Amino acid sequence: MSTQAPTVDGTSDAVTPPGPSGPTGRRAGRDPGRGPVRPGTLVKIALMAVVNALGVFGILAAWREGSTGILVSMVALVAVADWVYFSRRSLPMKYILPGLAFLLVYQVYVVAYTGFVAFTNYGDGHNSTKEHAVEALLVQNERRVEGSASYPLTVVERGGQLGFAVVEDDEALVGTADQPLTPADGATVEDGRVTQVPDATVLSRPEVLARQAEVTQLRVPVSEDPNDGSVRTQDARTGFVSTPSLTWDPEADTMTDVTTGTVYRATSDGWFRSDDGDRLNVGWRVMVGFDNFRTAFGDERYAGPFLRILVWTFAFAIGSVVSTFLLGLFLAITFNDTRLRGRKIYRTLLIFPYAIPGFLAALLWSGLLNRSFGFVNQVLLGGAAVPWLTDPWLAKLSVLGVNLWLGFPYMFLICTGALQSLPSDVLEAAKVDGASAMRTWRSVTLPLLLVATAPLLISSFAFNFNNFTLIYMLTGGGPRFADASVPLGHTDILISMVYSVSGLDGTAAKNYGLASALSIVIFVIVATISAITFKRTKQFEEIS
Amino acid sequence: MATTHVSPTRTAAARAAAPRMRPHRWFAELGWRHLVGVVAVVYAVFPIVYVISASLTDGGTLTGSNRLFASLSPANYEALGGTMFWTWLGNSLQIAIATGVGTVMMGAAAAYAFSRFRFTGRRAGLTALLIIQMFPQMLAFVAIFLLLIGLGNVVPSLGLNSKLALIAVYLGGALGVNTFLMYGFFNTVPRELDEAAKIDGATHAQTYWTIILRLVTPILAVVALLSFIATFGEFIIARLVLQSEGNWTVAVGLYGWVSSLLEANWGLFAAGAVIAALPVLLLFLFLQRYIVGGLTAGSVKG
Repeated sequence: MSTQAPTVDGTSDAVTPPGPSGPTGRRAGRDPGRGPVRPGTLVKIALMAVVNALGVFGILAAWREGSTGILVSMVALVAVADWVYFSRRSLPMKYILPGLAFLLVYQVYVVAYTGFVAFTNYGDGHNSTKEHAVEALLVQNERRVEGSASYPLTVVERGGQLGFAVVEDDEALVGTADQPLTPADGATVEDGRVTQVPDATVLSRPEVLARQAEVTQLRVPVSEDPNDGSVRTQDARTGFVSTPSLTWDPEADTMTDVTTGTVYRATSDGWFRSDDGDRLNVGWRVMVGFDNFRTAFGDERYAGPFLRILVWTFAFAIGSVVSTFLLGLFLAITFNDTRLRGRKIYRTLLIFPYAIPGFLAALLWSGLLNRSFGFVNQVLLGGAAVPWLTDPWLAKLSVLGVNLWLGFPYMFLICTGALQSLPSDVLEAAKVDGASAMRTWRSVTLPLLLVATAPLLISSFAFNFNNFTLIYMLTGGGPRFADASVPLGHTDILISMVYSVSGLDGTAAKNYGLASALSIVIFVIVATISAITFKRTKQFEEIS
Repeated sequence: MATTHVSPTRTAAARAAAPRMRPHRWFAELGWRHLVGVVAVVYAVFPIVYVISASLTDGGTLTGSNRLFASLSPANYEALGGTMFWTWLGNSLQIAIATGVGTVMMGAAAAYAFSRFRFTGRRAGLTALLIIQMFPQMLAFVAIFLLLIGLGNVVPSLGLNSKLALIAVYLGGALGVNTFLMYGFFNTVPRELDEAAKIDGATHAQTYWTIILRLVTPILAVVALLSFIATFGEFIIARLVLQSEGNWTVAVGLYGWVSSLLEANWGLFAAGAVIAALPVLLLFLFLQRYIVGGLTAGSVKG
């Protein structure tokens, strides 16, 4: 711990964590015997005031939305921040906290959440909780009851939201999409129609016509119970009650179709199913255990492509590292001669590919290798139509080739660095012992070089293992597997497979559960490899 | 750092000696190196020459770009003005600069704490960071997407389709990746300097801002650059988060051009690519020495 003298430390005690409303209020009553306030302290107080204000804003917003998780996290973050920055006992945390907060939310939490989602059926059809699913089913299956009563209706606007005012038994009721119909005290009813509502404005005929689409789509619930149905209108003058054709029985956990009498039971996989196998189209999120992993490794739709993609991912990552390293090393040796003129120019020109952002390079090469119009086919090969990116094997070769272009300058740089920092005494000793150049190279230079670059080779492997940008931009994972029902292809690597499976690009149904399970598989692979690296590089030993 | 430099005297001596070699020996020892060098440079540079040429063609199609420098017209660059390109470039720069600055500030502060203070949980914290950095953040993109949906319901500026939210997500990776790089460098700054400052009455904050940060500027530059470059080229999370065209980054926007109408948009893409590559390229060429040093300083323990 540090041992500052109290007179020196302007950021220390005498301040209790301020209330969220006025963090600067208490500082005014500072003990006058402690010397002048440092400018740094003022900056700190100003920053903390901003942090607290934003925090309180977030807390209130979370409260309004009823998001318990976010509410609790925000309260915790603000409380911890106030404690850390206004306590004397938390010196190291003053420096670590900002980064730590982001790390916890956007890295640790999301990784943990990935682990959670991997064990659920989250995805299309299973987007939310059971209550939401029930509500959605009831709302979706509403229809107008034959011969049901019609109400004189007026379109109103309340708090920026459209609503209906209806007259039932001479009583005025007002509601919006979010608020069920409730009696409106003080509303004026003329000719059996509401003409004025105290806290809402009645829309004129032209205004209603201007928002026709919104009006005909609006549904105002009759009561809090979705079973009661809702009021809708076609002409903005008469409202009809629509009720769900399904009824929800919470005790029996069933949905019953009113017209056919079919009973749908809630099942453990998050659907309502009838006895003859039909199911309703909205389900809910449930824990499914290892089902997603079973699908990845066992379901024939995924297991076949998954295995092939896994093998290719390793081949691609290893191939990329080996090819770029060999070329980089060769060039490094070539230019590692101090007598060579223009070394600097060569080196500058050679790192160009590395200085181009990867996505630009991948897109550029996708044009160069285009089968019909690309530069490589048209100019270099004199009009050949080589399917560089559309033939399964050539596409793989192209991906490796482009990655070689992208990656060799990096290897060239690190090999050059490593060659020049070889200990000269060892090389000298080899010379004195009479070793030939070849022998020196094989027994001294190469081993030393590998030791020096091994960690970088392994991190390069880990990088390429997840080199989504290259694959996605160059081939999009294609060409597609001819025999697979899912949109996966011959050059897809695991990460691009996860992307396709998640459905976030819109090509397939969303399946967050399976995608997360695959992410976990990649995590395990990458973490295992990194763990081995760290053991080898003894980075752990540096922590002292 | 700076292992890639040759002492000028040796080079000069070598140059003086070179012309005295006989041609045969010259080729065996040096000439072939030039040959390899020329081939390698052609290989490295031709796609770049091609894209510059393509950006200057008239028609702006892929086919029309195959004759190198057949025409030199600024048409494609002018046409960029009629697209969202400049908005995207602005977005990319904003996001990458904010992320770079944030990463440096948070990473350096954490590295300082780990390097200079001895506190309970320090070892555990460092070990935890080592383990966390094994999990690439982008692998959790599904969870990031779901998290942002939730956050967006509460605070829209932290939800989907917000640049701020994207920056926040990128900053989540700041500590994991860079703290170690910086931690090692901070440890090389002698502690006596801090002690002296403390005796002179400096607070820990003064020591940090006015002494330590000045001494570790090279590593700050490296981390800022690496972070800027990585963010500038990041695609998968940017694509998920930024949904409306006006918020896209260059990576998302240019991908859109090439993936939809490769043949027709090629000239536009080429012009956009040349401009988009410039900031990174210039940074790279001018700060080559720092970057190379930083790359090796991070992990090579020879």
